[in-house]
Amino acid sequence: MSLAKRIIPCLDVDNGRVVKGVKFVDIRDAGDPVEIARRYDREGADELTFLDITATHDNRSTMAHVVEQVASQVFIPLTVGGGIRTLDDIRRLLNAGADKVGINSAAVFNPEFVREAAQRFGSQCVVVAIDAKKVSAEGESSRWEIFTHGGRKPTGIDAVAWAKKMVDYGAGEILLTSMDRDGTREGFDLPLTKAISTAVAVPVIASGGVGCLDHLADGIIEGKADAVLAASIFHFAEYTIEQAKQHMAQRGIEVRL
Amino acid sequence: MSSVAVIDYGMGNLHSIAKALQVVAPETDVHVVSDAVSILAADRVVFPGVGAIRDCMQALESTGLTAVIKDAAKSKPFLGICLGMQALLTHHEENNGTDALNILPGQVVRFAESLTDNDGNMLKIPHMGWNRVHFNAHPLWANIPQDSRFYFVHSYYAKPDALLMVSATTQYPDDFACALAQDNVFAVQFHPEKSQAVGLQLLKNFLHWNGQA
Repeated sequence: MSLAKRIIPCLDVDNGRVVKGVKFVDIRDAGDPVEIARRYDREGADELTFLDITATHDNRSTMAHVVEQVASQVFIPLTVGGGIRTLDDIRRLLNAGADKVGINSAAVFNPEFVREAAQRFGSQCVVVAIDAKKVSAEGESSRWEIFTHGGRKPTGIDAVAWAKKMVDYGAGEILLTSMDRDGTREGFDLPLTKAISTAVAVPVIASGGVGCLDHLADGIIEGKADAVLAASIFHFAEYTIEQAKQHMAQRGIEVRL
Repeated sequence: MSSVAVIDYGMGNLHSIAKALQVVAPETDVHVVSDAVSILAADRVVFPGVGAIRDCMQALESTGLTAVIKDAAKSKPFLGICLGMQALLTHHEENNGTDALNILPGQVVRFAESLTDNDGNMLKIPHMGWNRVHFNAHPLWANIPQDSRFYFVHSYYAKPDALLMVSATTQYPDDFACALAQDNVFAVQFHPEKSQAVGLQLLKNFLHWNGQA
């Protein structure tokens, strides 16, 4: 097989600026999305994801402008997520140069939105973002539920069933975040990743919890993910994308070097 | 100054392809156009597209561009990308079967369900990500290393009637035609405008191509 597993750095954007401290010593302006995107592109990132963390109405225009700037200089796929609720939000971002949009809460509140988006713009640009948390007790067989509001609100929806439903509705890819692991640096929730990735026919991006390079490789090998997304380990320049890929290649994973 | 028309018929974002063409050839006039006159006036034509084939064919009909595209595909360097490649074939399986432009004789079919790789892992559809492209000699591959990776996202692929038309193949899990060449027409399933350095090189080669193999 020759399709490479993907590494995707994720950038949080607030009001046109990258936040949550990107700390490259050689970057003049650590908040400039274009400069950071170019850096990751040079290091060999396979795609870039921008997360609009405030996602107010005003901010959405700013986000479209950011995408336009990045897409004029960086020629790899770009995904934008955060606060996308209408077909018009999607159209605006795609016209600005985004290749895919991530739909999260809006899918939970109105699953038909995913179907409409896929019909209008094609499944290839519809990424459904799933925030899941383990709800089974110790000793029980594992079960995960969809949570909203940054992992605070349970919905009672089973994560595996939800992922399948979203694919039926037209999702072309699933971005799966473990809310138990997000920010912990303990690694992906591998059983969750594997449960979703083997349940759906579309690619799954694992997210949440990466603290070292082995975690990335584990997500692919044990979690069966098609791509891995990480933020802090790259932003703080602990590792370059290139190092991450070399490490994955050493563990027998096919990557684009 | 040479000019290139990027055909805008409402099927997907054209910002990236236009920017990429401009970056590789600042001296070229890049126009994103949706009218027959501009397409006919351009020295070369790029025919992009993402989405579903039925919408694509309907959009071409309603914008009245079908005849112009057929004409351009006979007369000048012409590059089809992704759905813009698939639309050039004769017939497409999607949407219960859709007739396409029949510029490149052949079918467009869906990847089989439940494919697995050598380790028994499920092969996902869409085929999404960076895959190797193995090519034959053609001016559009100039200065691109053999088996370079390009960015793909698609669930259907072209099966041309004539194997001679195949300019490159990719494995998923079997070899499929990811690039077709016939006279002045070249078509690729991957997205050169999203394939970093090698993709930009291919676009540059297209802008310098005289339309002959």
